[in-house]
Amino acid sequence: MPQAEYIHPPINPETKEFWDAAKEHKFLVPKCPDTGKHLWFPRRVSPFTGKTNVEYVPGKGTGVVYSYSVMRRTASPYCIAYVTLDEGPTIMTNIVNIDYDEVKIGMKVKVTFKDLNDEAALPLFEPA
Amino acid sequence: MDIRGKSCIAGIYEHPTRKAPDRSLAQLHAEVASGALADAGLSFSDVDSFYCAGDAPGLGGMSMAEYMGLKLRHIDTTETGGSSYVIHVNHAAAMIAAGKTDVALITLAGRPRSEGQATGTAPRIYDHNAPDVGFEAPYGPTVVNMYAMAAMRHMHEFGTTSEQLAWIKVAASTHAQYNEHAMLRDVVTVEDVVNSPMIADPLHRLDCCVISDGGGAIVMTTPEIAKSLGKPIVKYLGGGETIKHLDAGNVDLTYTGARHSGAAAFEEAKVKHADIKYASIYDSFTITVLETIEDLGFCEKGQGGKFVSDGNLISGVGKLPFNTDGGGLCNNHPANRGGMTKVLEAVRQVRGEAHPKVQVPNCNIALAHGTGGSIGTRMGSATVILGQEDA
Repeated sequence: MPQAEYIHPPINPETKEFWDAAKEHKFLVPKCPDTGKHLWFPRRVSPFTGKTNVEYVPGKGTGVVYSYSVMRRTASPYCIAYVTLDEGPTIMTNIVNIDYDEVKIGMKVKVTFKDLNDEAALPLFEPA
Repeated sequence: MDIRGKSCIAGIYEHPTRKAPDRSLAQLHAEVASGALADAGLSFSDVDSFYCAGDAPGLGGMSMAEYMGLKLRHIDTTETGGSSYVIHVNHAAAMIAAGKTDVALITLAGRPRSEGQATGTAPRIYDHNAPDVGFEAPYGPTVVNMYAMAAMRHMHEFGTTSEQLAWIKVAASTHAQYNEHAMLRDVVTVEDVVNSPMIADPLHRLDCCVISDGGGAIVMTTPEIAKSLGKPIVKYLGGGETIKHLDAGNVDLTYTGARHSGAAAFEEAKVKHADIKYASIYDSFTITVLETIEDLGFCEKGQGGKFVSDGNLISGVGKLPFNTDGGGLCNNHPANRGGMTKVLEAVRQVRGEAHPKVQVPNCNIALAHGTGGSIGTRMGSATVILGQEDA
């Protein structure tokens, strides 16, 4: 079960490209062109160089669960998690399409999208 | 500049209320301020610097300075959530040593219980412009499940168990039975904790702190003024602070900012871990305490579960008496911010004014640590070390 209701992400000029791609079910990952390092969360100014040149590049959409927790004290339990992408960064997400008792640290997952409305779709992760 | 020993905590006050439907937020701030000044033998007119954080009503400290009629020459509204007040102690110590203030007032107050906040279990957006919020808030991060992910990873890497975490609550409850103001005064067992309802795996209800109204205040001053006031001297020995965050995705939830703030505090105070007779450790959750104890260096990383077990945090029983007021886990957590009360109990211990059943004998040196924000994402961490006059 996913969450009963999702808080919609605020979209701003810095993150619009990421969310526009997500709406098309494409998963982008920010990358610093000078260091070649991927990073998270999406931003335009590189924390590695200070330059406003971070690019959002296509991500593989695969990774492993770093940690997770099933929120029980709620009408519709859901699984929050950190997933370490194959590109390197560890990102916050929900694990879906699985019995929560089966979620394990280290399990392989892949991206899937939840359409929220015409404005946005949310990247989530499911068993790979 | 060496600021060790160049300032003192001269007055403290903890509001006895745990539910305050009959008071305004501003009134709570003013009452704790007045109480701490009275404890020091001072009054509003003696204060020349004011420190407060986001819980203070109005813009920065302006409205509360006006309410209390303060005439100020220094202000600091550093905001790091629950650790703000530990940072304020550090900043006031530096400013007193620099001659920029003689009498510093620090206040905290809040009434989340009267306002019916689902503090720990309801996701909410604090600031739509926060750069992280779009990539976190939709996933339902709450206070509890974020700390739970830290606990889950700590268990995975180091074999930490729910029973070991439960010992932290057992110790807090053992102390709380002697605190007449504590919200939860029943002594609990490890079984009680692990059998309490699961809130967010692996944290149970009794791994979580209470939600309470209330507040507290601290008055700091120069050693010369402190000596003239007649209270037992509580000297500032050293402090440290940092912000630890997710580091562009280089995430490690098994340690906290205490690794940096603690090391800085020990260095400035020129004391060793064996010198610390008592420690106030921010206890929003049991896992907060366990990771912080490791990060402060009281044991090796990963050994916290073993360290906290078998009553090692219980005054009179273990090696590191902690949170002898019952802490956030049992006593109170005013404004959902526990840094203030951590300093207050450390001061009581150094003064010898803790409850006789939990007072640490010859408590000449004590530590207080605050954690604000979330150990599951980004946190402000602050440590202070206090001592008696000859420390």
